[in-house]
Amino acid sequence: MISFVFLFSPAWGLVASATDSAALANSQSQRLQKLEQQTADAKSSADNAWMLTSSALVLMMTGPGLALFYGGLVRKKNVLSTMLQSFAMMAVISVLWAICGYSIAFGSGSSFAGSWHNLFLQGVGLQSDPDYSTTIPLQSYMIYQLMFAIITPALITGAFAERMKFSAMLLFMVLWSLIVYDPMAHMVWGKGGLLNAALGGRFPTLDFAGGTVVHVTSGVSALVCALYLGRRLGYPKETMPPHSVVLSFVGACMLWVGWFGFNAGSALGSGTLATSAFVATHFGAAAAAIGWCAAEWLRNRKVSALGAISGAVAGLVAITPAAGFVTPMSALVIGLIAGAFCYFMVAAVKARFGYDDSLDAFGVHGAGGTLGAVLTGIFASSVINPIFKDPQGNVLPSGLLEGNAHQLLNQLVGVVIAWALAIVGTLVILKIVDMTVGLRVSQEHEVLGLDLSQHGEEGYYWDASI
Amino acid sequence: MTKIEAIIQTSKFEAVKNALHEIGVEGMTVLEVRGHGRQKGHTEVYRGREYTVDLIPKIKIEMVVPDPMAEKVEETIIRAAQTGKIGDGKIFRSRIDEVIRIRNEERGENAL
Repeated sequence: MISFVFLFSPAWGLVASATDSAALANSQSQRLQKLEQQTADAKSSADNAWMLTSSALVLMMTGPGLALFYGGLVRKKNVLSTMLQSFAMMAVISVLWAICGYSIAFGSGSSFAGSWHNLFLQGVGLQSDPDYSTTIPLQSYMIYQLMFAIITPALITGAFAERMKFSAMLLFMVLWSLIVYDPMAHMVWGKGGLLNAALGGRFPTLDFAGGTVVHVTSGVSALVCALYLGRRLGYPKETMPPHSVVLSFVGACMLWVGWFGFNAGSALGSGTLATSAFVATHFGAAAAAIGWCAAEWLRNRKVSALGAISGAVAGLVAITPAAGFVTPMSALVIGLIAGAFCYFMVAAVKARFGYDDSLDAFGVHGAGGTLGAVLTGIFASSVINPIFKDPQGNVLPSGLLEGNAHQLLNQLVGVVIAWALAIVGTLVILKIVDMTVGLRVSQEHEVLGLDLSQHGEEGYYWDASI
Repeated sequence: MTKIEAIIQTSKFEAVKNALHEIGVEGMTVLEVRGHGRQKGHTEVYRGREYTVDLIPKIKIEMVVPDPMAEKVEETIIRAAQTGKIGDGKIFRSRIDEVIRIRNEERGENAL
């Protein structure tokens, strides 16, 4: 090699310089490529960190958040059974999700449901799926969505609290998840879904984090359950005050924190959209706590702890579809309306019609979710989230206030479909469960309490001699 | 011997207990009880639903004292527990035939 260089040394300079510049260009493009890859990796890591955090936050909403919130609202003989109903979703729906739930909800399929392509999580790997997110692994998306699939049926348990058999509850929830939740999630968020705003659905419904998918479906199904099962023994004559507003208080505060994962996580990344959603979520909750308390004060001249936390939850529900589409000021307005409206639903409408929606799953989630979905169509701002674009890529107006009156109609389509699916699906499932395992516990067991009759244990064992 | 049973406001218990100690009452039995007289409870509101709570928590103090002391005990309880508002409670006095100390089977006032 040395002799070779020596022999051709005069020409070598020329050859070398040409090769050098080619090599330089080559290495520059290699470096650029490497840099681009590193940038993409860094963004992916940042987004993924937030998505995994958000997934954990949303799981915390069910357990212990919702479990405490609901557990405190029932009588003490039913505290464990109520908490377990939420916790059971964490186990059962997770397994169901891995087997087929994810595939039905997010596999590519028809306008109404996914497919069997992703049964047993086949094809759900660590690469991203550009239809859902370009930066996070599909498995992160899958596990994040699972947390929503867990909390949604858990919300329904508030309607039939203190009177449903544990076995019936399990069967109901499995069927409900497959027949109501998964198709609804597919329609709004899945590839090719009828209502999917981001992927060109027929009726693009704006639902950032699950106003229709989570709250309308669960809330309306809750009402159907309350009507079908009937009232608790002694309701409304007997006094059934919450056995521990303290537990509910702790739970509600955890729900508020967890909701940041629910809404800001729905940005599917850690960028500016997540900030928008985070901010809107917080202001929505705060304003709604005030809205509920103000309504309560007008009627009773007292502000209650239970009212304040219920209001905050109602605001979080209503801001769920809107977060990520609305400004902080709009969030305040949405929250304020939601707080007062849900108080009215719970305190006046429920009493007027006499249904026993025991823990107000419909009054808060059904009513708040419907209200939020409609208000999203009014307040959605293309400055916050330029979701609609013409073929040239120009941003189109989002909500009614920006001049897109048509969006209100799309929101209504989304709401009507969610209501219809929830009503029909829940009725069919209740009928099936009623005819097979039976829905309600015996009167004797209801009086004894579900903790003892269904599970053979007690939440509080306060005996002076122990 | 006289048994005095006093049902008082829970918030007045410490004051009554201290006042009784000051006049030399040596033993008492205290129960947390619920009930109502003419006061008829209060209402609580949860999410717009009103509940009437007609059994209110009270403290019941029971003590047995030598007859001459009874009136002083009653006066002391009244002085410490009275607010003048409805719900202050009641005092019941009754005769006791016999007292036995289980430890050594002493009887009568010696056993008090």
